[in-house]
Amino acid sequence: MSRSSVRDFVVGLFVLAGLGAVAYLSMNVGNFSFRKDGGLTVFAQFDEIGGLKARAPVVIAGVKVGQVDSIALDKDYRARITLSLDAALKLPVDTSASIVTAGLLGDRYISLQLGGDDKDLKPGDEIRFTESAVLLERLLGKFIYNTNSPTPKKE
Amino acid sequence: MTLATTSDDAHVVFADVHMAFEDREVLRGLSCRFPRGQISVILGGSGSGKTTILRLIGGLVHPQRGRIVVAGEDISALSETEMYRVRAKLGMMFQGGALLDSLTIFDNLAFPLREHTPMTEPDIANEVHHQLTAVGLSDVDDLLPGQLSGGMIKRAALARAIITKPEILLCDEPFSGLDPISVKLIEALLHRINRQLHITMLISSHHIPSTMRMADEVVLLSRDAAVSGTPAELHDSPDPRIAGFFNEEVDESIAPVEAAAHPTSRWVGA
Amino acid sequence: MITLVQDLGWAAIRFVDHLGKLAIFAAQIVRAALTRPARLRAFVNELFTLGVLSLVIVCVCGLAVGMVLGLQGYNTLVRFGAAQSLGAVVGLSLIRELGPVLTALLVTGRAGSATTAEIGTMVATEQLDGLRMMSINPVHLVVTPKTLAMIAVMPLLSALFILFGLGGGYFVGVTLMGLDGGTYVSSLQSAVDYYDDVVGSLLKALVFGILVGLIATYRGYTAKPTSAGVSAATTSTVVIGSVSVLIFDYFITALWGV
Repeated sequence: MSRSSVRDFVVGLFVLAGLGAVAYLSMNVGNFSFRKDGGLTVFAQFDEIGGLKARAPVVIAGVKVGQVDSIALDKDYRARITLSLDAALKLPVDTSASIVTAGLLGDRYISLQLGGDDKDLKPGDEIRFTESAVLLERLLGKFIYNTNSPTPKKE
Repeated sequence: MTLATTSDDAHVVFADVHMAFEDREVLRGLSCRFPRGQISVILGGSGSGKTTILRLIGGLVHPQRGRIVVAGEDISALSETEMYRVRAKLGMMFQGGALLDSLTIFDNLAFPLREHTPMTEPDIANEVHHQLTAVGLSDVDDLLPGQLSGGMIKRAALARAIITKPEILLCDEPFSGLDPISVKLIEALLHRINRQLHITMLISSHHIPSTMRMADEVVLLSRDAAVSGTPAELHDSPDPRIAGFFNEEVDESIAPVEAAAHPTSRWVGA
Repeated sequence: MITLVQDLGWAAIRFVDHLGKLAIFAAQIVRAALTRPARLRAFVNELFTLGVLSLVIVCVCGLAVGMVLGLQGYNTLVRFGAAQSLGAVVGLSLIRELGPVLTALLVTGRAGSATTAEIGTMVATEQLDGLRMMSINPVHLVVTPKTLAMIAVMPLLSALFILFGLGGGYFVGVTLMGLDGGTYVSSLQSAVDYYDDVVGSLLKALVFGILVGLIATYRGYTAKPTSAGVSAATTSTVVIGSVSVLIFDYFITALWGV
């Protein structure tokens, strides 16, 4: 029976290798992570979020510290974003959140700039200082409008 | 007499069985009986339906019409699952052996025991070696079927067929492709199994000498007719069709049969 | 002209007939899979034959495809100054499409044809009839373990193919073409979404495994018991299996991407 126990071992290795490949693809490549309960969940309101999507990263100084959980419209018809951040973060209550773009035409994500207050944000708090997304079309529109509008000639 | 035994001693009965495959009709209204505990040989040329009869008894194919009674039960319309129960009483030795070619000879013989009996491994090993010795095979435990000669494969297949102690043994052309010595060997084995274990045997063959030697009952198939009787009765039969078969010893050239109007005929001896 | 139409009609009827038989066959396999005894030994043996023995071809081809993607991708992207997205291009192509589809095609050719030939030969040498006469259901002993093994093996092989492909792309892009390794990896990571891409990829591989497993065993089981019959069945497994994989690929992509 030793022939088949060698074979069983090899099959076991194969299955392990395959599952390992799946796990690697999921976590290292596909950014799958187990939802850590006890993370820091905060809210932020924006006038315009542009193309921000759920699961978009939230970064501080370029380092990912969490992701966008959900996007909804609140009663004032402004966008209300739920952010799910690492539990270990200590963010002052005057931290600001802005929606920025990765590259010129890339995906939107949220960047946090720390404030200076003594008190920290607690789970469920709201980030008061927010900067909405800049829409390229509006920017271009302003530019074109300005160059096209007649400048009064001074005689 | 045609029927060598009394009528209620028939282990397998065919009643007006019609069997056709897509391109041709093989059996037209065959009726015959195979007596219990005896060796019956189904004699006929290629394509006469010998193998088909065995496959019908095994339930591998079902007839279009007619009844087939095996050990008192009509199997002609049973489902595959129901047939598994009936097949517990049957053992089949296929023409090519039909051993599982990925298993060793030992595992091949142990297979039905492992599947259907609660025997322990040591008991199974004993039984397998006992059967292998009984058919004259030794030191073949670890060989694969591909490594055996034709005669050895048939013997192994025979051992596998009887290892579960069936009531009825079906042998599909056990002598085909064998040299005369092997033929005698298989013949002796079959004879011994029948006498010692009282297993009813149904053998399909076109080998006349061994038939004459071992058969208690012969069913002779030709194009349109089937006759049954003891070997002696058929051999001495004045019927030109039967005599033609025995004299020519080859199937295809059976004397023309004008029995189209009589799909079966039963010859009654004097 | 009329005969052509008649032939087409007959072909269509035969096609639907085959589909029906295939569905019935699949039902038999499912029923056998739920029946005791569980054929674990046969299942593990099949994992070996279908999975382990396909490892070499899958990994080598994965590496090769990844390298070609890296090369072609780089040459094209560099024209638009977008070479830093090479990781994303190679990764997404492999994960979404090339991984599951090419793995399925390779496995169909190697393991699928072997399965059909094996089962077909068993039919031709009356081994399956022998099993029936021993009151063993041949579907339960032979077909079901092979089919289940094919289903289990396909996602695993697909993941390995993708992994080797990503490595091949990395080798070409970073080692040969001089891209920054970190850029490759981060571009890859930011482009690949777990649910849309990775799960979809594994789902495709699973469906392909079911397809190929069914087709290969069905063609073997219904092969004509002659050597010509077995050979025809084997060829047809490769042809029909490959075509089905590609057609189903479209439908899964369309449905999953919604």
